[in-house]
Amino acid sequence: MKPVNFDYERPRTIDEACELLASNSNARILAGGQSLIPMLSMRLSRPSLLIDIAHIKDLSEIVATDTHIEIGAMVRQAVAKNAKMIQEYIPLLSKALHHVGHPPTRARGTIGGSIAHADPSAEIALVAVTLGAEITYRVGDDDHMFDATEFFIGPMLTVAPPDGCLVKVGFPKTSKICGTGFYEVAPRRSDYALASAAAQINFDSKGAAKTIRVGVGSIGDFPERLDVDHLLNTDLNDESIIATVKTAITEIETVDDLHASAEYRKRVAAHLAVKALQTARDEVREAPAK
Amino acid sequence: MVEKKYKFISQPRHPSENRRFVAGRGNFVADIDRPNMLHVAPLSSHYPAAIINNIDISEAMMMDGVIDVITGAEIGAAIQPLMNGLDTPKVQRFPLAVNRVRYAGEWVCAVVAESRAIAEDALEKIIIDATPQPFVLDAEEALLPSSPPVHPEHGSNILLDRKFVWGTVGEDFVNAEHNLSFSVIWGRNSTVPIETFGVVAEWNGWDNILDVWASVQMPKYSDQIARCLNLPGNAVRVHYDVDVGGSYGVKRGIKHATLIGYIARKLGRPIRFIEDRLENMRAGDAHGPERKFNVEVAFESDGNVRSMRMRALDNAGAYAGRAPFQLGKPISAIVGPYQINSVSYHAISVTSNKTVQEAVRGFGQAPTNYAIETAMDRVASFLKMDRLALRQRNLIRSDQFPYLIPSGSTYDSGDYHAVIDKVLAAADYKTLLVKRDHLRDEGMMAGIGIAACLEPSGGNSSFEPLLNEANKTSTWMESCQINVDGLGHLTARIHTTSSGQGHETLVSTVLGEVLEIDPSNIRITRPNSLESLPGNSPVGSRMAIMLGGAAARSAEKLKAKLIKIAAHSLGIDAEKLTYAGGNVLAPDGRKHTWQDAVELAHRQFHNLPEGMDPGLAAFDIMQVPTGNALPVDGKVHMYPCYSFEFHLVLLAFDPVIGRPEIHSYTVGHDCGTVINPAIVSGMTYGGIAHGIGAALLEEFAYDPNGQLMTQSFLDYLMPSSHEVPPIQIVKHCTPSPHTVFGQKGSGESGYLGSPAAISSAINDAVSALDIRFEKLPIRMSAISDAIANKSA
Amino acid sequence: MIQVSIEVNGKTVTAEVEPRLTLLDFIRDVAGLKGTHAGCEHGVCGACTVLVEGNAIRSCLVLAVQADEQEVISIEGVGGDLGRSGELSIVQDAFCEAHGLQCGYCTPGMVLVAEALLADTPNPTEGDIREAISGNICRCTGYVQIVEAVMLAADRLANRNYKSKPGQPSDQTLG
Repeated sequence: MKPVNFDYERPRTIDEACELLASNSNARILAGGQSLIPMLSMRLSRPSLLIDIAHIKDLSEIVATDTHIEIGAMVRQAVAKNAKMIQEYIPLLSKALHHVGHPPTRARGTIGGSIAHADPSAEIALVAVTLGAEITYRVGDDDHMFDATEFFIGPMLTVAPPDGCLVKVGFPKTSKICGTGFYEVAPRRSDYALASAAAQINFDSKGAAKTIRVGVGSIGDFPERLDVDHLLNTDLNDESIIATVKTAITEIETVDDLHASAEYRKRVAAHLAVKALQTARDEVREAPAK
Repeated sequence: MVEKKYKFISQPRHPSENRRFVAGRGNFVADIDRPNMLHVAPLSSHYPAAIINNIDISEAMMMDGVIDVITGAEIGAAIQPLMNGLDTPKVQRFPLAVNRVRYAGEWVCAVVAESRAIAEDALEKIIIDATPQPFVLDAEEALLPSSPPVHPEHGSNILLDRKFVWGTVGEDFVNAEHNLSFSVIWGRNSTVPIETFGVVAEWNGWDNILDVWASVQMPKYSDQIARCLNLPGNAVRVHYDVDVGGSYGVKRGIKHATLIGYIARKLGRPIRFIEDRLENMRAGDAHGPERKFNVEVAFESDGNVRSMRMRALDNAGAYAGRAPFQLGKPISAIVGPYQINSVSYHAISVTSNKTVQEAVRGFGQAPTNYAIETAMDRVASFLKMDRLALRQRNLIRSDQFPYLIPSGSTYDSGDYHAVIDKVLAAADYKTLLVKRDHLRDEGMMAGIGIAACLEPSGGNSSFEPLLNEANKTSTWMESCQINVDGLGHLTARIHTTSSGQGHETLVSTVLGEVLEIDPSNIRITRPNSLESLPGNSPVGSRMAIMLGGAAARSAEKLKAKLIKIAAHSLGIDAEKLTYAGGNVLAPDGRKHTWQDAVELAHRQFHNLPEGMDPGLAAFDIMQVPTGNALPVDGKVHMYPCYSFEFHLVLLAFDPVIGRPEIHSYTVGHDCGTVINPAIVSGMTYGGIAHGIGAALLEEFAYDPNGQLMTQSFLDYLMPSSHEVPPIQIVKHCTPSPHTVFGQKGSGESGYLGSPAAISSAINDAVSALDIRFEKLPIRMSAISDAIANKSA
Repeated sequence: MIQVSIEVNGKTVTAEVEPRLTLLDFIRDVAGLKGTHAGCEHGVCGACTVLVEGNAIRSCLVLAVQADEQEVISIEGVGGDLGRSGELSIVQDAFCEAHGLQCGYCTPGMVLVAEALLADTPNPTEGDIREAISGNICRCTGYVQIVEAVMLAADRLANRNYKSKPGQPSDQTLG
């Protein structure tokens, strides 16, 4: 199980990385490598050039803007998991990161790598879709921004430009009062999930829900958001949550494989989405405002 | 029976092997570097069945670093076919497919190159022209005359089809008040060691000898290699100082060794082949049984089970090998721990276009135990009787041993009721029932699982002559050699590789016990096959009995010599002397020390008794106890010892998610006298972990196109530390009358009953919904789907 | 071919390598240290775990070129002074004592994740230990005695008065 031979470059700047990308149509970006390297080893991925972006300093930064927390493409999952800024402003991502792989893969794996890889069961992609993250690619000298809800189009497939380098992922900051929930189910605790769900409810200062976001992952070709806006008109009681999720999830296409039937995935995703919403709701109802 | 007190046996001693492993200083086959070594990668077939028209290796051969490409046609003409266990001469197997491929993943040719990476590069340049053929995956389909034969020369897919009737089955079924029938399926899984199989071979043309280092646990490995390669037996030297990174039965690699041995001889350079994980999963000859059981039981209203009819249909995969014998071992415990008066057994093994099956921990016993225990649960359910009470009623009682079962084996000893009582007390069974009900009140599906079963141990494989009349083997031996050097230190030689069962610790403990010297000062070596006495490797939970036995007998021989030397030296009759702590004591208080004996035996021939040879060495080649006859009338006595396990599990799951979480796991284990408690406990824990995998997670599953869907660790799911719960072992000791210290086997413990126990618990959890799971593994989605279908 | 210099157990190993060479194969075949084991080569089993810059990682999921100029500790760098064979670290010794292994193949990886855990979490709960080793598959032990071994090591580390890190000369000589 050895990869095909390839060339290897280690650019120091994003511009250099983009030039290398433009120079070779079969180039691939190497970030943490935790998804790419197994595919290389099995020869499922056969690049002629690997561009290692680990030495581009800008890509390892976490920056707060007025509205977003921007996570550089090379920020390691373990670093993000422990980052105060992320815990405070993207608590949903913090929760999700506990479910990503194992400590040894989180030590190497990156936020950007996970987004770009677009595994249908990836937790980070689910959070990005749920929250409507902004995904920024650099192509040549230009930045291209993608809405996460429109970014993923299939298993390991995205609308990313082929000659682009993922630069950062901007997650919207939560409102002052916010509750989150993240759940997933897998045959073994750290396996690829069979179903997962993420929820975030932003409340206004009076305690009324302003926005409600729920996403489900691992059940179809890519993570998707459920339309639960109907809940804004309710007091978020269990019955409304269950009914709304049940209706919303009928629209989602689910896949079937050895480990779980399509029905299972849909049923469990709905179950988890309800739990995630309930947890998000209860966090606020129980916790004082920040 | 009262347990004897021992100085070293049964005492807590650290296994001596551990130090090298924690330091990363094991000697695994992949660690062996030979100068000028070449590397091999095999090309795997994509077809489950095809006729090979042509293999174009020209482009691969031109690549830098590629030395050779070996095809099936080449090796098929050069070597003998691999050994078949059954008398099926037309089911021939070679290391590479010859003319025809019979399963997806089968090796078609092998590239030899300067590095493994280059060899893999070259694989991509080989062009196979093949015509796909019809194929068969399902065992029932393979039985049909219309099914495409995997080996057309053989005429059908049936490798083995034997019916046994032991006792008055027809009569018992007629007379019994009730009967019921069911079928269960044991899915194809394996023990999947973390080290794949590997082999390094080197031909020395000046000495005419083939050196082999392999990750092997295999009886008579060197003989088989020599036979295939047309070499004299003493021209193959298998090195036993290789550490094996887990085996649990499967590390047999005979096709690997013959292939690599052939290449080493052909090219005159050392050759290494370490399977990568995909090769291991697809074509490592390491899948376990895949077995369908049809069971009928006849029983009375009071719960007494009178008789059983069992049909066991096993899917052996594409070639015969030794795997069909896995239907044979369970004959030695076909009634489990129960008093069942009569049994009929229909054993069928078929070929299919799946990967070849190999011996897996328990050698077919775990699936059979699963079927027997399911029968017990079904009978209890039918009679609305308590499952535990039903078992207690049917269990063989301690006063009935030795106990002859209908198929001809005699169970040596046991006190099954006592073990169960201990487990119920330790697990606090009443509280466990309350906990289960409490979990149910909380909306969880909760169930208690019960399994009682036997571990036949000692490795007497009389199932071979039973299932293959051309096979007259009744010898199943093990040996040990010991020597005291000129400074007085003891070294023992054992003749097998290490794969985690602590043989070195076993032997030093036994030698220390018999000779009353500190085991820590005894050196154990594992020489090569040419420097070894005969043995049959650790199969069938045999090493405590057989290697421990041979070591004890060697030590007794040495002790006798020490006493003779002392008698001569002290001028006293040997009978009047006592042996203590390595010294020989006279009644008058004089002491002839160990060192005195060393001095005489090594340096003072003139002071040795007349006729005595110098030195202090002994060896023993031991036949398996009670193994002395070939089968008669379809009956045979097999294993000398029968260990007992009783599993009690509480698990629960959310009805929507369906993921079983084990809340409590207690196992009672009686393997007679335990040589090393930590080692036996460790193997039991590990066996239970294997069983959890088999019950819930692990399967070599094929898609309808004959492709293995679970060929990487992303899909073949093995329990992690999250899935294996804390486990409580309750020990009991009923010594075996057939062994030196009363020890029985324990290498397969845990695995033999845990799949049955977990299945039992899940079925208990869903019993109120009238759901039954009849196939392992029971995946979480299957649980949830079944519940959802019931509620819909 | 690309030149890389990797500090393995305190010693710099410099070599020209193909970019496709994994750190696992670099450690085994270039540095010649055989205690790091290949189990699956696709990042699931954890047998190839080493410490890179102090973090336990899977060496089959890192290319040697990615580890250029970095510090790697393999199992051979745990334990006492590298020059004196036969010495064990407290964690290694606890694995021996609790029989936290059988065949020894996953053991180096297990020892290293345990070392990494205890460096960060001196008083781990059983849950912490199970989480830390959950990415390392063992087929022999059912993990029970491994958990016991790590608990034992934690106890012993808590009861000593001098702390060392894996790869540095230990305090064993201080008794």
